[in-house]
Amino acid sequence: MSFAGSTSSEVDYNYAYLDEQTKRMIRRALLKAIAIPGYQVPFGSREMPLARGWGTGGIQITAAIIGPTDTLKVIDQGADDTTNAVSIRRFFERTAQVATTEVTSDATIIQTRHRIPEEPLTARHILVYQVPQPEPLRKLEPSERETRNMHAWAEYGLMHVRLYESIARFGQVTTTYDYPVHVNGRHVMAPSPIPKFDNPKMHNADALQLFGAGREKRIYAIPPHTTVKSLDFDDHPFTVQTWDKPCGLCGATDSYLDEVIIDDAGGNLFVCSDSHHCETRRASGHRGTMLGEAVGAKLAGDTAQGGRST
Amino acid sequence: MTIAQPASSFDADDTAPLLRATDVSRFYGDRVGCAGVTFDLWPGEVLGVVGESGSGKSTLLRCLAGLDPPTGGRIVFEVPAGPVDIYSLSEQDRRRLMRTAWGIVHQNPRDGLRMDITAGGNVGERLMDRGDRHYGRIRAAASDWLGRVEIDPARIDDRPRDFSGGMQQRLQIARVLVSEPRLVFMDEPTGGLDVSVQAKLLDLLRVLVRDLGLAAVIVTHDLAVARLLTDRLMVMKDGAVIESGLTDQVLDDPQAAYTQLLTSAVLTV
Repeated sequence: MSFAGSTSSEVDYNYAYLDEQTKRMIRRALLKAIAIPGYQVPFGSREMPLARGWGTGGIQITAAIIGPTDTLKVIDQGADDTTNAVSIRRFFERTAQVATTEVTSDATIIQTRHRIPEEPLTARHILVYQVPQPEPLRKLEPSERETRNMHAWAEYGLMHVRLYESIARFGQVTTTYDYPVHVNGRHVMAPSPIPKFDNPKMHNADALQLFGAGREKRIYAIPPHTTVKSLDFDDHPFTVQTWDKPCGLCGATDSYLDEVIIDDAGGNLFVCSDSHHCETRRASGHRGTMLGEAVGAKLAGDTAQGGRST
Repeated sequence: MTIAQPASSFDADDTAPLLRATDVSRFYGDRVGCAGVTFDLWPGEVLGVVGESGSGKSTLLRCLAGLDPPTGGRIVFEVPAGPVDIYSLSEQDRRRLMRTAWGIVHQNPRDGLRMDITAGGNVGERLMDRGDRHYGRIRAAASDWLGRVEIDPARIDDRPRDFSGGMQQRLQIARVLVSEPRLVFMDEPTGGLDVSVQAKLLDLLRVLVRDLGLAAVIVTHDLAVARLLTDRLMVMKDGAVIESGLTDQVLDDPQAAYTQLLTSAVLTV
């Protein structure tokens, strides 16, 4: 079975690569996951033309929900132009004939590795996370049988033991990414390795959030307008990272910043991890202290056509 | 966190047994683990179970503690709402009961402790299990309990694997008692410890059990432990109870031939 719109070189593939039965199976798992927010639904993860660990869970979800009228954005650690993001985007351009974009507001499906875009997501967005380890209790309890029981019976005391240990040793919770959350007052869930900076964005979000772990064969979801609470203690409330400096390129003070070492004399630069956000701000005239005179050229305008420079 | 007052264990209906075992049997295929064990345990009472290796002591304890369903018989536990058959409960409710109403001290501290979690985390886990979410109070309770089992509270952030065997065992006891259970099961609590450490631990256990008004079931092959800690004694052989009664009575005037053999086999130095 081939998609009518596919070009001659792609007719060997079914639309969006996966066969229809597989997509049905994944959609069924997705429906169950949405019905039970935070619950990990097992699914028959397929081999993909990409190594496990490169986002095969997210790709399979995207393949199951994408249609020709969708617009896809793929980000990796916030950036649209890294290897992983570029190859996944190209994969869907070729197998699903969808338009791709780097503009967050233009996208209908955003597949992400380790970030939530800075721009607030709306009901038109579906956010698909690539998840390496879906089980938040795994580091504490190696037995899958036992962790399933703990989820079934909502025995989550052990999760707080982990936070306790961190505070006892370091004076604060040192988990800064994949920070466990309590979804809909029921399931404790791993939000995938997003920085804890992004955790508050998951709470009562307008967008549908889907999580796929290809190697671990699990799908879970947060439906729109669902409570997502980061675990904490009453006397050690959850906080997000802050930075002393604004973004060196666009001057943003409210975005998640990556540190870039720029010389071997201890010089560094803090820069937005969300590349589209940073470029948009620069295009509208914001300038950071580290942005030289000549650097303003590569701006959001270049990328709005959805192309890469290849 | 407040510490259980001695009286608190008796708040509930003092006229009903805390634990009532009726004809409890556990078979492993054709082999008998334990058979036809019947007894009542009253609030604040310490029951000893003695017998040689393989006599079914630990099997019985596992059944009583909710770890292993018996093949036959009933185990009824008195909760504030009334008596419940613990194996008629859902596994979820039974686990909740295991975490709150009673505790288990294992022979090997490695079975009862998380070796890579600090002492404070080990003691605090049961508090967090039941929903305590205030770090300062959890830590204060852990520190208090370390002191009560004679571990220097300054070692609250050390891990159990850096502790001596006796300290590990005391830490395990603190971890169990912090949630103020009404009943504690102990499987050979002094096994594997040298004699002087044993003596210290026994002394501590005696004080704690008396102070807190705990009921306890202590499985041991050591008659000295039984003499020191228990009010009542059951002697087991080949899975069956062959003699029971007040501890002093059983040990001083044993009736069954096997019990006579057991008491005369104790070494005196």
